Amino acid sequence: MKTHRSNPIVSLVSRMVSPFIMMFALYVIFHGHYSPGGGFQGGTLIAAAIILVRLSEGSDTAQLQFSRSWGTPLGSLGVLIYFGTGLAAVFMGGRFLDYAALHLAHHASMSRSYGILLVEIGVGLAVTAILVSIYDNLLEGEADA
Amino acid sequence: MGISSIIAVILISLGTFFMAVGSIGLIRLPDFYSRAHAQGKVDTLALILIILGLMVYEGFTLNSVKLLLIVVFVALTNPTGTNALTNAAYRFGLRPWFKRDQRGQKKPGGRK
Repeated sequence: MKTHRSNPIVSLVSRMVSPFIMMFALYVIFHGHYSPGGGFQGGTLIAAAIILVRLSEGSDTAQLQFSRSWGTPLGSLGVLIYFGTGLAAVFMGGRFLDYAALHLAHHASMSRSYGILLVEIGVGLAVTAILVSIYDNLLEGEADA
Repeated sequence: MGISSIIAVILISLGTFFMAVGSIGLIRLPDFYSRAHAQGKVDTLALILIILGLMVYEGFTLNSVKLLLIVVFVALTNPTGTNALTNAAYRFGLRPWFKRDQRGQKKPGGRK
């Protein structure tokens, strides 16, 4: 935005709060089996933290934190982790997303827990990257007009 | 009913009172800046008092530590949001309301 003038209070507080939002997002992702939450919600929270810094610092300065060009690769990596986990279960003799066939731990239940965690990390990455790149695409449309 | 329950009830009642004051201010005050003044300060205090009351009621557990974190972040972010709103309104050119505007042509809403 051309008319952006930074407000020091807003910029300080959003830079201070943004890492804590990200930490809470990791808690939501990693604790998603036991409590409300999961990959989608955690990814949305990480995207909210990144977009908060973009709003307060201006989009050009915030490129240092999360570059505009990372959106598509990270989103693709998230989808790859999801389908890689599912297809790895198929190749190891189970069904699609059959975590017990992955043999990540001794017990089948622990193996399912780790498999769900892998899938949630993939979903979180994809959601974060895609939401941030949606925000960036909206801003690019504004700059052209 | 122990002493902690009594303290919790007092704190939550105070918080509810301040929240009611903030809501009345939101309805009764004349323009955007004074409404933001009412909401930004009084609602933060009300929320802090209510959550402190819940912490006292809960005791020293993990849940009350989470509530303490909520208090810290509400105290940080709520006034900052109010500051951002009023700053944006001031830059946009919204004039504050003055009492002499009532006698002139200006409406007490005070738009631009």
